[in-house]
Amino acid sequence: MSLDKTDVEKIAHLARLAIDVSDIPDYAQDLTTIFGLVEQLSSVNTDGITPMAHPLDAVQRLRPDHVTEIDQREQFQAIAPKTEAGVYLVPLVIE
Amino acid sequence: MHTKTLSELSTALHNGDISSVELTQHYLNRINSHNSELNAFITVAEDHALEQARAADSRLQQKIAGKLTGIPLAHKDIFCTEGLRTSCGSKMLDNFIAPYNATVVEKTNAAGMVTLGKTNMDEFAMGSSNETSFYGQVQNPWDKQYVPGGSSGGSAAAVAANLAPIATGTDTGGSIRQPASLCNLTGLKPTYGRISRYGMIAFASSLDQAGPMAHSAEDAALLLNEMAGFDPRDSTSVEQDVPDYSATLNDSIEGLKIGLPKEYFGEGLDPQVAAAVETAIKTYESLGAIIKDITLPNTSLAVPTYYVVAPAECSSNLSRMDGVRFGHRCDDPKDLLDLYQRSRGEGFGEEVKRRIMIGTYALSAGYYDAYYLKAQQCRRLISDDFKQAFDDVDVIMGPTAPTTAFKLGAKTDDPVAMYLADIYTISTNLAGLPGMSIPAGFVKGLPVGLQIIGNYFDEARLLNVAHRYQQATDWHQQSPDNFK
Repeated sequence: MSLDKTDVEKIAHLARLAIDVSDIPDYAQDLTTIFGLVEQLSSVNTDGITPMAHPLDAVQRLRPDHVTEIDQREQFQAIAPKTEAGVYLVPLVIE
Repeated sequence: MHTKTLSELSTALHNGDISSVELTQHYLNRINSHNSELNAFITVAEDHALEQARAADSRLQQKIAGKLTGIPLAHKDIFCTEGLRTSCGSKMLDNFIAPYNATVVEKTNAAGMVTLGKTNMDEFAMGSSNETSFYGQVQNPWDKQYVPGGSSGGSAAAVAANLAPIATGTDTGGSIRQPASLCNLTGLKPTYGRISRYGMIAFASSLDQAGPMAHSAEDAALLLNEMAGFDPRDSTSVEQDVPDYSATLNDSIEGLKIGLPKEYFGEGLDPQVAAAVETAIKTYESLGAIIKDITLPNTSLAVPTYYVVAPAECSSNLSRMDGVRFGHRCDDPKDLLDLYQRSRGEGFGEEVKRRIMIGTYALSAGYYDAYYLKAQQCRRLISDDFKQAFDDVDVIMGPTAPTTAFKLGAKTDDPVAMYLADIYTISTNLAGLPGMSIPAGFVKGLPVGLQIIGNYFDEARLLNVAHRYQQATDWHQQSPDNFK
């Protein structure tokens, strides 16, 4: 399998990553090499093998539905790049 | 003072032979003198450390101190520390001061330990050489032209150069064990779930695990005693009692069954590293252990499986760095998409971008079954190999890394060559098993590590097995000439 410029641009867009146009050939080459390595897996017979998502096959622990967190908005927003009146500011999305 | 074991330091502190402030100042002085040569620390927390040391001294005077009260340590810069920058080795978090402590930090604080600073690391723990850090590469104290390993390279260099008596690390594919091997340390990656991941910046959540990086198994056991335990704030933390890891260090290993997987001694292993590991195995035989040849037939699948699972999880975890709530934000974004793309494009380094893209592609529509699902199935096969092996043996041994430390820059242009540095360590993360690396000799002046893999929650046995070897050898007591 070989990834080209269009693939890299599409992946970078999905990942919301701005990349330099001049770096695209290197990314295409690296990703092709890495997926070449991953390609080995396709020849393995995994019929009937249950996928393993967690090393101990644990399930999500449940707890009573009680409020345990306290309001720490000011502390959390103190490290935010841009806030106003308790909300995070981003460029205008809806006119 | 900086060549003493944690137990010796603890005794000196409790007897009043030395104060924590004096001990802390001694290490801070060493950091000031040597850090510029090694670049092991991203942040040195002088004021914070001395404040903690004064509090420790007060506890010691009031006789309400624990075993590790007053002993300094270094935290990998992946653990959130309230009021102290946590960069994770990335420009993205260069300005990030966490509003809370990681559970591991809470626990070492509660024990009265003193945080000297935050150690350098590969960016977001993605690397095996500590060369992907935004704060520059770390030099190996054994030879400054060589890498210390990664991603916990700063912690490894700091302890190896006696700039800290002990440090924390994290291990997603070998990031505690491989740098421990390359720097002549004892490093332990516990069973997945043994130590809380709360406040430990996530790379691959189903693989990440914290652990101690120390000079000896005895020291590692003391820190693990503090680090381990159930934490309701980590949904993958395991509710299981923590034994006293120091209590069983001296147990006999007569009759211990050691499995040697043939796949760990094949092509790609440096013959001199193999020879050092084989000598270590002979030492175990002389201590009464029984050696068995075993097979882990799916070993060759570990690296390709890992390079689907880990990037897939990282692409998801790192989506939280979006320039909105914390971390780097680009100047003058023209719209929301531009804000996301440029903040992330500017904030992340090359290797992180590469892995986010691998993961994004592997999880994208039409490819999920071929890559992610397939990798999860292969992960099961790898894990089942270990289950079978542990029916017959107590521990598994082999090399930690295929070679000793490589030269700085030697593998930076070839990601796949770099990934293969973790060929013997990745399987244990995929299976969730505990693994250790201990010093086992030198090749041309560079350290060799012996890896010991145990069954689930068998950390006490690993430490016991390591300790008995360290009673019979003195590799772990060797220090690099310039840092004695």
